[in-house]
Amino acid sequence: MAKITFDGIEIEVPDGTTILNAARKIGGNIVPPAMCYYTPIKGTGGKCRACLVKVAAGSAKDPRPMPKLVPSCITTVQDGMVVENTTNQSVLDVRKGIVEMLLINHPLDCPVCDQAGECDLQNFAFEHGVATTRYEEERRTFEKIDIGPYIQLHMTRCILCYRCVYTADQLTERRVHGVLGRGDAAEIGTYIDNIIDQDFSGNVIDVCPVGALTDKTWRFKSRVWFTKPVNAHRDCGNPKCSGNVVLWYKGKDVLRVTARKDEYGEVKEWICNECRFEKKETADWTLEGPAHIDSSSVISANHYELPVVNPQVIADLPESSVRDLENNPPLKLGR
Amino acid sequence: MKLTNRSKHMAKKPMTLAERAYLPAILTGMGITLKHFFSKKATIRYPEELRPMSPTFRGLHVLKRDEQGKERCTACGLCAVACPAEAITMVAGERKKGEQNLYREEKYAVSYEINMLRCIFCGLCEEACPKAAIYLQADKMAPPRFERDEFIYGKDRLVEPVDPNARSKRGIQLTAEQAEALARRMAGMDA
Repeated sequence: MAKITFDGIEIEVPDGTTILNAARKIGGNIVPPAMCYYTPIKGTGGKCRACLVKVAAGSAKDPRPMPKLVPSCITTVQDGMVVENTTNQSVLDVRKGIVEMLLINHPLDCPVCDQAGECDLQNFAFEHGVATTRYEEERRTFEKIDIGPYIQLHMTRCILCYRCVYTADQLTERRVHGVLGRGDAAEIGTYIDNIIDQDFSGNVIDVCPVGALTDKTWRFKSRVWFTKPVNAHRDCGNPKCSGNVVLWYKGKDVLRVTARKDEYGEVKEWICNECRFEKKETADWTLEGPAHIDSSSVISANHYELPVVNPQVIADLPESSVRDLENNPPLKLGR
Repeated sequence: MKLTNRSKHMAKKPMTLAERAYLPAILTGMGITLKHFFSKKATIRYPEELRPMSPTFRGLHVLKRDEQGKERCTACGLCAVACPAEAITMVAGERKKGEQNLYREEKYAVSYEINMLRCIFCGLCEEACPKAAIYLQADKMAPPRFERDEFIYGKDRLVEPVDPNARSKRGIQLTAEQAEALARRMAGMDA
């Protein structure tokens, strides 16, 4: 076990835990944002630099500070480590620079993008960035490629986090896409003109932190904040598929099906392509109830829900007003 | 109990001779009537005559076109989510090949409806719009109608005409400085 101090809060975590995961154990506003790290997928992290923190003391044995800011998602803790995130102004300033860096080539076509409203980059820029841009040069553009009937690729929006590559490696049988080219010309693509339609490939949509990979069956159907998320499950024959999903309703229609995300926007239970793309009738699913959304998310606009009440304090409450916080935490779409 | 000094003490007194003569009172009254023939009238001859309105008056909405006559609206839904009266609904669609001269972006509003009975003309949609597409005109109002469904304005009545001369002349006039700043902002967004 290692005892570390994160933003003045002491916590004991097992050896080998990353700083980010230690911070997530504390929870709250001190948790560094993450754009490329994704807990359930091995190998992710260390790409986007969004989670940089200052290590003010390396360990109890060697209390010298680390000379540069370190990415908290791939740096493991050591006993006696002192980490500063929100309490260090240089970290906050550098994070502003990271936002600027990630947005250099981002088209900022949020009004068109289907990810808007649940986009990690949008939230990251909103919370940590500056309101104006200094960039005047031309942004990179790509020739549009078609990667199949289910997934829409918008390469201009990609921040090259590699999440989808690892996901395809670890979930699907055969990966047909990857990062082609180097440096400024690096792009997600299939070699050559392939389509991504393997089972479980739809999970790259949920994993993508931006709108680079979006659901083609949901393309331009509605904005995410006009839809109502409802938790549902079905008995899926596929042993790898959990069958636990969120249905996004508009009126009576299921416009799209996604896997359930936790408060850090991560999917813990993967779903198969059949559940995601083919089952868009209410009759296909057993509904569990509305998925709760954090009030800071735009999706909660015009969605009225009963306040959380403690059932032990007030007796005889209607069942709909009692929230099972343990199993149904407020859905926080991106941090 | 006296609360203010404005109360007048009234007592029933017998009328004086002048009052009893009746004619002076009639003449005073006729004088007041006659004075109003020559004073400025409170009414105007609407609709031929219009009252001066504030240049920032928020009247009927318009969906703007850009310099090339393309529709600016991209159906992003920010106006609808900003609308406190929930008066705006829209359906988005994907621009097809060959429609580049009609719509600016690859997504556009197939239908766009504002319920003028719900609308409170607060102008939040105008503020929310990232594409400078919706404006509340200063010189037009939603006219009265007989049927409720006539108040649901679709794209046929909201989008401004392609011919620039047929468009409303009034509205928000930007200074050269403001126009340049807006152009710069829009250029950054479209890149």
